[in-house]
Amino acid sequence: MAETPEERPLHVFAHARAGDKGNSVNISVIPYYAGAYDHLLSEVTEDRVRALLSHRSIGKVHRYEVPGLPALNFVIEDALEGGVNLSLGLDGHGKSLSFLVLTLAVRIPLKFAHQAARLQVL
Amino acid sequence: MKTIYVACGAGFGGDRFDASGPLIDHLADCDGPRFLIFETLAERTLAIAQNQMLRGEGPGYSEYLERYLGPVLKPCQEAGIKIITNLGAANVSGAGSRAQELARELGLNALKIAVVEGDDLLSVTSQDTIASMEPVEGTSIAKPLVGANVYLGARPIAQALDLGADLVLTGRCTDAALTLGPVVHEFDVPHDDLHMLAAGTLAGHLLECGPQVTGAYFADPPYKSVPDLANIGYPVGEIGADGNITITKPSGTGGLVSEATVKEQILYEMHDPANYLTPDVTLDVTHVSVNQEGPDRVRVTGAQGKPPPATLKATISMDAGHLGEAEMSYAGPNARARAELAIDVLRQRFQRLAISCPVRFDILGVMSVFDDDDGTLRAKSEPDPDGDLRVRVAARSDDKQELERIALEVYSLWVTGPAGGAGFRKSLSSKVKTASVLVDRNLPDVTVRLV
Repeated sequence: MAETPEERPLHVFAHARAGDKGNSVNISVIPYYAGAYDHLLSEVTEDRVRALLSHRSIGKVHRYEVPGLPALNFVIEDALEGGVNLSLGLDGHGKSLSFLVLTLAVRIPLKFAHQAARLQVL
Repeated sequence: MKTIYVACGAGFGGDRFDASGPLIDHLADCDGPRFLIFETLAERTLAIAQNQMLRGEGPGYSEYLERYLGPVLKPCQEAGIKIITNLGAANVSGAGSRAQELARELGLNALKIAVVEGDDLLSVTSQDTIASMEPVEGTSIAKPLVGANVYLGARPIAQALDLGADLVLTGRCTDAALTLGPVVHEFDVPHDDLHMLAAGTLAGHLLECGPQVTGAYFADPPYKSVPDLANIGYPVGEIGADGNITITKPSGTGGLVSEATVKEQILYEMHDPANYLTPDVTLDVTHVSVNQEGPDRVRVTGAQGKPPPATLKATISMDAGHLGEAEMSYAGPNARARAELAIDVLRQRFQRLAISCPVRFDILGVMSVFDDDDGTLRAKSEPDPDGDLRVRVAARSDDKQELERIALEVYSLWVTGPAGGAGFRKSLSSKVKTASVLVDRNLPDVTVRLV
């Protein structure tokens, strides 16, 4: 049986992009290698993404699966403290929040890490 | 197989004015119908244009109309490239007149300009009726409304092209319609050809943000490296009669068209990927695949379509007062303690001055961007005593004087606050807020005419 991989930031396995719609944000999570997709399904869950944003009074978190690309698409309602029109924060669009999601600690085999990250470890 | 070429020269209202040159050169060498689009109308951009027009401070159409169209009208006319843009904003007819003048100044007397009007709901229904509607997103609706605009689809743009227009000006329409319009016009796409409508919508969705599909909003070196980002090329979409799409960019430009850049843009601002609602089609991207077919060329296949929803989405915009911001820096040894003390002083002073509007405090450099209005993450963050930190105060109020008092308190930290306060700056901006409602497809009275 394979050894459980060490915890590493999601950033080394996947890239992400955030977009806003009103007070909601969507964040795509796209693996560098398609083989990591099944691991993302088990590691990057709605609950774990909700926890990353628990300091804000967010609404529903929904994870959509996009197997064709493959990618995950998270929609987090009421995540933007009022959104681009009403937020007092610097990032009313939530454009930076993709990188908050990429801080998530995940257990994914190192072979699926971006080459730059593998070089650092090996 | 017939293929059409659509290039995007602007992806938002403040985008570069000089991006179109390489696109026009690229299109001039393509064999097939060619189009240049400018997408410059975010929800708030339209609301701001409406607000300025109401106050007599602006023309209602994009203040950058001449900056975008001036350099391209002549070369596009010479190369047979048609232009489609939502620069008309809140005053499409005014934009048409201005574009007409511009064309005459350039000696382009034969240029045919079409305007698409009818997105303004206040021309067909009352403020009271709109105010009584239930919003599906955004804030609650209360009069007075700054504007109420419905998202039109691709059909009016296709109709304008059918009339022989060289330049099509619109107000509010879906961003994807700027591309789907030419697809419908060139391939004579019927309402029930859901595959082709889906393909044109996906192509439009990929192009509408300009360089976001060619390596912008993407670079994260060394994980995601983008060559020559400063000289980024804007995108060109090739759409075939079979509904297959290729995204590319002009040679000699910077940037990158890769499977990764295209995947990120497919899901950009998308909620349910199986149900991306537009007036023309419900797009399903869950089985789309992307394939690098050459350097800076990515083929996109598998867009699926379902019938469009029975309703159209409209954006209602209202005044939301002003946002005031003020900042002061603290740097070097023990900067964090001095920045926190500055915030403490300000909190006490605001209480004494009976400031009642919502106020937020950040320390830039300490979890400011990810934080909430209460500074929860900052309170939990590891205290790194030294740094190059900046206290930021933001407040929203209908009362400009209240915001001015807040800014002055931050200013006075120079002499009343902790040691080493430096680099005071302040700003004040007007805000609008928006809500979305769903309206009957037949409510708008859409007209398409040549100027």
